[in-house]
Amino acid sequence: MTPNDQATTKFSTPTDLTIVATRTFNAPRAVVFAAWSDPKHIPNWMLGPDGWTMPVCEVDLRVGGTWHFVWRRKDGTEMEMHGVYREITPPSRLVTTESWGGPWPETVNTVELREENGRTLMTHTMSFPSRDARDKAMGTGMESGMGTSMARLEAYLATLV
Amino acid sequence: MIASDTLSQTFAALADPTRRAILARLADGSASVKEIAAPFDMSGPAVSKHLRVLERAGLIARDKKAQWRPRRLKAAPLKDVAEWAEKYRKFWDASYSKLDDYLETMQRQETSDDAE
Repeated sequence: MTPNDQATTKFSTPTDLTIVATRTFNAPRAVVFAAWSDPKHIPNWMLGPDGWTMPVCEVDLRVGGTWHFVWRRKDGTEMEMHGVYREITPPSRLVTTESWGGPWPETVNTVELREENGRTLMTHTMSFPSRDARDKAMGTGMESGMGTSMARLEAYLATLV
Repeated sequence: MIASDTLSQTFAALADPTRRAILARLADGSASVKEIAAPFDMSGPAVSKHLRVLERAGLIARDKKAQWRPRRLKAAPLKDVAEWAEKYRKFWDASYSKLDDYLETMQRQETSDDAE
């Protein structure tokens, strides 16, 4: 395998305001799950663009438990994020809420891991503004015809970026 | 920086599929309430309620000049959402790249732990 095989993330925005990222990692899913859930591992990679560190990484890994991350840049700029664990099913599934504070709406984050030949296919779904809002939206029975409308809205959004 | 309640309000307004369909319709051009309601199997008051939510979120506006007060799409809040999504996408894409490298480190450590 060449390194390029795995180094691409596919992003899609299927329906009801979710962003879905899929990516293959060259490691068994138990290792990937640990990287996502263990405070010993998280600050080593969940860092976004270069130049940030994560000096605070508090994890209470149980359903209803909270997590709290703080990122810091050299110039002292800080960014904070916190949330609650909703579902913990090692090594396949992790569901958390996520609040970024400031202008960011709360999202629900679902990480699903599937293993194939020692590699892990990750599906990372980010839903907003909340599961409740999304479920409410899903329950209105207006799905028919939405595919087309969404495609048009997405095309329109794309022209604004 | 945009106010938090503004972006939350935009998201709340966009969370409903009927309202997204209304916005998609208005992306094609201004329309009267009757025209907006036509594709939906719902009462006039129900459609008006959705329009009020969209209006409060600043996603649509009424054209006061025309007598039939057509609704038109306002792009600014949608642009904020698109920017938000783009920042979010960049954060995770950069993190996944770092995870690639870190998973290698984790597995090397595991192997050396096993050897001990």
